[in-house]
Amino acid sequence: MSGHGIRLSRRRFLQVLAGGAGALVVGIRVAEAADAPLPPAMLGDNLYDLGAYVRIDASGNVLIGARDPDTGSGVATALPRIIADELDADWTRVGVVPLGLGVENDNGKPRWTYGRQLGGVGGSIPAAWNDLRQVGAVARWLLLQAAARRLGVPASRLRCEAGTVIAPDGRRFGYGSLAADAGKIALPSSVPPLKHAADYRLIGQSAGDVDARAIVTGAALYAIDHYYGDALVAVLAHCPWPDGTLARIDTTDTLAVKGVLKVVQLKPEPGQPLGSTVIAPAVAVLAENTWAALQGRAKLKLEWKPGAGSGENSAALEQQATALLAGDALPTSRVRNDGDVEAAGRKAARRLDATYVQPWLAHATAEPMNCLVRLDKDRASLVVPTQAPQQAWAVVQRLTGLAPERIDIRVPRVGGGYGRRLDHDYVAEAVLLAKAAGKPVRLLWTRDEDFGHDYYRAGSVHRISAIIDRKRQLLAWHQRMASASALARRGTPDDRLWSSELQVDQLPAALVPNYRSDWYALESTLPRGPMRGMPHLSNAFAVESFLDEIAHQMREDPLKTRLRILGEPRALPLSSGGTLDTGRLVNVLKLVADRIEWKNWLRTVNGLGIACWHVDGAYVAHAVEAAMQGETLVIQRVVCAVDVGRVINPLGLQGQVAGATLDALSIALNAAITVKDGQVQQHGYKDYPLASMAQLPNDVEVITVPGDRAPAGASFLAMPTAAPALANAVFRASAVRVRRLPLMKELLRLL
Amino acid sequence: MARVQAQVLSTAQESGVVPEKVRDGIDLMVNGERFRHTGDPQMPLLWYLRDVLRLTGTKYGGEAGENGADLVLVDGKAVSAIMQPLARLAGKAVTTVEGLAGNDGSLHPLQQAFIDEDAIGCGYCTPGWLIAGIDLLRRKPQPDDGDIDQLPNLCRCGCQTRVRRAIKRAAAGKVARA
Repeated sequence: MSGHGIRLSRRRFLQVLAGGAGALVVGIRVAEAADAPLPPAMLGDNLYDLGAYVRIDASGNVLIGARDPDTGSGVATALPRIIADELDADWTRVGVVPLGLGVENDNGKPRWTYGRQLGGVGGSIPAAWNDLRQVGAVARWLLLQAAARRLGVPASRLRCEAGTVIAPDGRRFGYGSLAADAGKIALPSSVPPLKHAADYRLIGQSAGDVDARAIVTGAALYAIDHYYGDALVAVLAHCPWPDGTLARIDTTDTLAVKGVLKVVQLKPEPGQPLGSTVIAPAVAVLAENTWAALQGRAKLKLEWKPGAGSGENSAALEQQATALLAGDALPTSRVRNDGDVEAAGRKAARRLDATYVQPWLAHATAEPMNCLVRLDKDRASLVVPTQAPQQAWAVVQRLTGLAPERIDIRVPRVGGGYGRRLDHDYVAEAVLLAKAAGKPVRLLWTRDEDFGHDYYRAGSVHRISAIIDRKRQLLAWHQRMASASALARRGTPDDRLWSSELQVDQLPAALVPNYRSDWYALESTLPRGPMRGMPHLSNAFAVESFLDEIAHQMREDPLKTRLRILGEPRALPLSSGGTLDTGRLVNVLKLVADRIEWKNWLRTVNGLGIACWHVDGAYVAHAVEAAMQGETLVIQRVVCAVDVGRVINPLGLQGQVAGATLDALSIALNAAITVKDGQVQQHGYKDYPLASMAQLPNDVEVITVPGDRAPAGASFLAMPTAAPALANAVFRASAVRVRRLPLMKELLRLL
Repeated sequence: MARVQAQVLSTAQESGVVPEKVRDGIDLMVNGERFRHTGDPQMPLLWYLRDVLRLTGTKYGGEAGENGADLVLVDGKAVSAIMQPLARLAGKAVTTVEGLAGNDGSLHPLQQAFIDEDAIGCGYCTPGWLIAGIDLLRRKPQPDDGDIDQLPNLCRCGCQTRVRRAIKRAAAGKVARA
């Protein structure tokens, strides 16, 4: 790339440019002094760089950069292990640092140093598999060249093992002793060949979280733990109505609190899409410390005026949805239409209908929204708990007008994302406040703000009809869903608003000759946005519950019903471009069935329930054993099998699968956001109870299917099937079919 | 405290010197170190730890400490740091997650058990789980599932089953060498 030769210094970077269609260009760039996108930990003089991701010091310690934010998904461990394996690094000598945003100035436009930087959406590992192995391979190639020159033997006669190069005569050279020389060697013109799977030493082996020791000793710093010496703390009172206005404000008592310095009003910027500006009108109290700011906020006298959405109620919205699906109204979007559902209906042997109702949900991240920002004349420095640093950058750039490389965004480990941190309203707030204060600002959202002002997952009503012929074959499937799209007011064209709500290829699409899915738009003033597992979570609950109801109507074992619908192992093309491998789906179903001893399904007094799903080329099934002890539901066993292709870190995958299972159960059991007169009714964990230890199963038995296909993401893979498997088990245990979530409330109502 | 009083007494004995006023403030011990807080006595311990001492391992959970992220040990018992005004802590010994390991860096067995079981999601709530777990093990060195069920902590990442294993591992003394 660099036609004018290569400067051999530690300022040299291996550049991985994401080309069209996933192609990659690997080259060299000489960084200017002004843009140093590396985190400070990687800038030490005693480190020799072998590309933007890898540093090695003279004693052989290896520092690897993790580009994607780790929100608890394990990517800070998995991504560096992908690099370290190709590098043949000694994992016990590897340290990992979060890279923060890598951005350079490309004629006024941003150029992303590290390519994709996005966490918690299930794409980190598939993307890393495509490009980060090359990073490790190039670094190893440089070390081999250095050893070859020193020994005077061709590099092809050397081999690498756990941080050493081994010569044909058995002499060993630690990477540390070669690092200085390797750092002076010109990068290869093309990527050296990647390892064969048989040579993997770290990929496929378990590793604990790289930050574990820092976390258990309290040394791990999250964004909320960062300070600048003279930064003011800002806490907010948002308007209870997202579209309301501030009618009156009296700050006298607030400003009298010792340590309170300023009160600032914030408003959403008109014309900006949701998630990139202030979420609702707000009043900020800026103070010398958090306690003073909180006291000041408590003393604010505010009168808010409701907006047009003040008449909104979640119960009314649900009634509206139910009426819409019960009538003959045309759908907003016909998402899929295979065969002829109406014609199939005319020769129906049996027709089944059911309606499923699911509530609004909040993100409930452990670490509340926060942001540390410092604005200087020609630079912005931020610490942001984000899943998408490039999108955070865009917000800062719009509000400051700074050149791309003048915006420094650090992303330490993030205390949960679940999609909330794909939006950057809190970054906009922090930047606006720092501007108003003329000082650095540490913005902190209190818990009540976090619950009351979210980009919620909208509630939904699903109505499904199935036609079954005389041979018990599923002839037709018509699914209709009504919801308020998460993509509304975000610049998405109207005819694509359905795409956040249901999937064109979701089960049992491609398996039923006559299949139709329709989406009906609802309007709501409540902000909506991406949510972990969306849209699979709500759809899998409806579909997998309904399949159980079909089995029950046919007096059939629900496992058999599913196996019959899935049929012979075959690869079915999906309209989204991938394939549905029915054999892999059947396999995970059978694995959980065997483990939970499904053969006792009819006989056991406890209820057994099962469900399966597929997500972007990965497959998942859950089996749940539940029992009713009086009015108490006891989840006795949970088994989950996943097939993600190649497993990078088995321990990490097990943790993700167990964690997503518990998250999904917790949400299904208790969680609901409700709206009354345009205001969210939940303001804390007391109103939005995540499940306690006692309510959750004591164990989640995780089965991971070994595979050699390119790895698929797994961060929410185990979410969709947990709730329907539980509801199906509850039906067997109690004879109560729960068609409305949260499950506990509905179960107690029906018992 | 004892040393402060001794100073005052010796000053008073010298003739012609006005006795120094006993200093205002709240004396407390945090992780074995003595501190005196002379600011607002109503400041919750959480903000004192985080904003003043910069001990940020104890996390903000909510205004009522609902999710257990802000648990600390006060004289050995787990309490929510945001629910403790400093006025209530005079003469008390506070242990935060930063104070669990030995001075030589050796980990508490439960810390090591969390590492061994990879009992970590995003990790934000982990310090709170550790404090609650240590409090439980102190009261009940061999806790059963019913005891572990009583832990007050919440976690959306779903680390509960791994935390349960870690507590049992620590109780059984089966931790790797720290």
